[in-house]
Amino acid sequence: MSASHPATARVTPGTDRPSSDLPDHTGQTGRRRPWGTAAKYTVLSIGAVAFLFPFYYMVVGSLRKTTTGELSSAVPSGLTGSSYTAVDGAISLGRSLLNSGIMTIGVLLCTLVFGVLAGYALAQLHFRGRGTVFASLLLVQMVPFQLLTLPLYVLVVRDYGLGDNYLGMILPFAINSTAVFLFRQFFLQLPQSLFEAARLDGAGELRILWKIALPMARPAVLSAMLLTFIGPWNEFLWPFLVTKNADMQPLAVSLASFLSNLQGTVANPTGALLAGACVLAAPAVALFLLFQRHFTSTDIDSGVKG
Amino acid sequence: MTKLRPTATVTAGSTATAASGGATAGASGKAAGIRHRRARSRTGALFVTPYVLFLALVFAVPMVYTLWISVHRFYFTAPGTHVDSPWVGLSNYRDVFTDPVVGRAFLNIAVFLVINVPLTVILSLVLASALNAKIRFRAFFRAAYYLPYITASVALVAVWQFLFGSDGFVNHILGSHAPDPSWLVNSHLAMPMIAFFVTWKQLGFFVMLYLAALQNVGKELYEASSVDGAGRVRQFFAVTVPGVRPATTLVLIYAIITGANLFSEPYLLTGGGGPDHASTSPVLLMYQKGIEQGHPDFAAALGVVLVAFVLVISLVARKLSERGN
Repeated sequence: MSASHPATARVTPGTDRPSSDLPDHTGQTGRRRPWGTAAKYTVLSIGAVAFLFPFYYMVVGSLRKTTTGELSSAVPSGLTGSSYTAVDGAISLGRSLLNSGIMTIGVLLCTLVFGVLAGYALAQLHFRGRGTVFASLLLVQMVPFQLLTLPLYVLVVRDYGLGDNYLGMILPFAINSTAVFLFRQFFLQLPQSLFEAARLDGAGELRILWKIALPMARPAVLSAMLLTFIGPWNEFLWPFLVTKNADMQPLAVSLASFLSNLQGTVANPTGALLAGACVLAAPAVALFLLFQRHFTSTDIDSGVKG
Repeated sequence: MTKLRPTATVTAGSTATAASGGATAGASGKAAGIRHRRARSRTGALFVTPYVLFLALVFAVPMVYTLWISVHRFYFTAPGTHVDSPWVGLSNYRDVFTDPVVGRAFLNIAVFLVINVPLTVILSLVLASALNAKIRFRAFFRAAYYLPYITASVALVAVWQFLFGSDGFVNHILGSHAPDPSWLVNSHLAMPMIAFFVTWKQLGFFVMLYLAALQNVGKELYEASSVDGAGRVRQFFAVTVPGVRPATTLVLIYAIITGANLFSEPYLLTGGGGPDHASTSPVLLMYQKGIEQGHPDFAAALGVVLVAFVLVISLVARKLSERGN
């Protein structure tokens, strides 16, 4: 974010005082604070309900014997796993999950290996064309990916014959540019002297990267991986185009086809749909909750600065 | 150490590197430094090669290919077979500009932006401001807001379809006040519903963005304005809003890109573009024309028009948000 903005300019440090000592505009100290706090909690709680209710409904609806739009459907009762069996019978959850997993892990591996190399080179190594590569990285983040799907479809499916193929599913996402950007930022922050010392000791760049840079950047790498994970795991359009064979479809695609034309095949279609949605949502949500600590707003901020 | 400029071209992956002539270093440490730098230059180019290849293969080539397809009569062919693609000049573009559904799709994006942008800016700024204070359960609230952003569109669409379906939860609450035709099959409500869905799904991301931006707004400015007698509301508009302007610019650009990318929401939420193309998006149209109906040349021209549209709108948005101080 531009530091030149007047609002971000710092006033002289001497004016620093804890804000609670200051009178507000009414001239009375701290009178409005309880009211302000209550307002904050109200706003935040209303927000939280609006955000969490659909998730709650998703879970409860997936566990009921019959799921309807009736208000009573929001209350858990007679919980059963039958919707999960039903959706599994219709779209074979295991196979879809496996396909989602292979696609996501492929992307993660490529981003981890090639993305870390590129990020390290962009941060710590000097080479001809570095500026150009970095500029392209920023540019690529501005190009709406869906716009490239048609030519990519022609190339990957028609020309290379990679339809219904894991390689074809992975290719367009193989190296996540946002992650490369994050890796670069993290490697830039590490103290230069460490690298110089290792170089004087005769360590090669690969060794420095592996032994020094990566271990120090571990939390950062973790959050970049989480960011990379949700992309291919949640992606719909590309795998939808590339996979026609149901055995090759990742869960997002098979669930979408269940949503649009298979619902009539099961007893409690809404329940089954919500069960599928739960299975699709669970891994990303679980990973996020698990690694939340590492996933700070500053990362997101630096991730979108480009 | 002096800065050295490699004078020879380091083509990606090649080993041709040379240090500049001025490096007649006497000290051995300096010579070692040059050797190191040369090696690092080679290594750097080598490290970045896979990524450069990826960018070429997945971005540069397809972009040029779209342009090429858009000025030819282009047919899908099976791998290995060859069919002529005659040059047709701008006729695909003429088809795009005369197709009424294309106009409708761009109008839909305009509706999307008109609802999505102000709603996103206001809601995320309010939530971020509330979250910026010292507050209990902060981690819980942050996680709650972020949850839809990290969850698959397809999963959330499934829930929304159920909540807002004709026989859905929301209509049961509204009873006789429920709209008829219902939310997602109503030609006036289909596109606004998509805009609300996307706003809700993405909001957490922008809350985080504003939260980070708010931490960069100097506390002193609040104190100074407070001393000058500004109330909370006044402070919000005089200090907070200008302070987070760069983030607002980002919201604008992201909203435009999201609008240009809309596909799964109209495809799944409103059954392939809704009643009478009421929620058809340009990308959905590209899919329908290009892949379903077999006119990839039309779709490519539409894609080029869309990119031009995105660039122009982004530039305008940027100018507006940076100037309006």
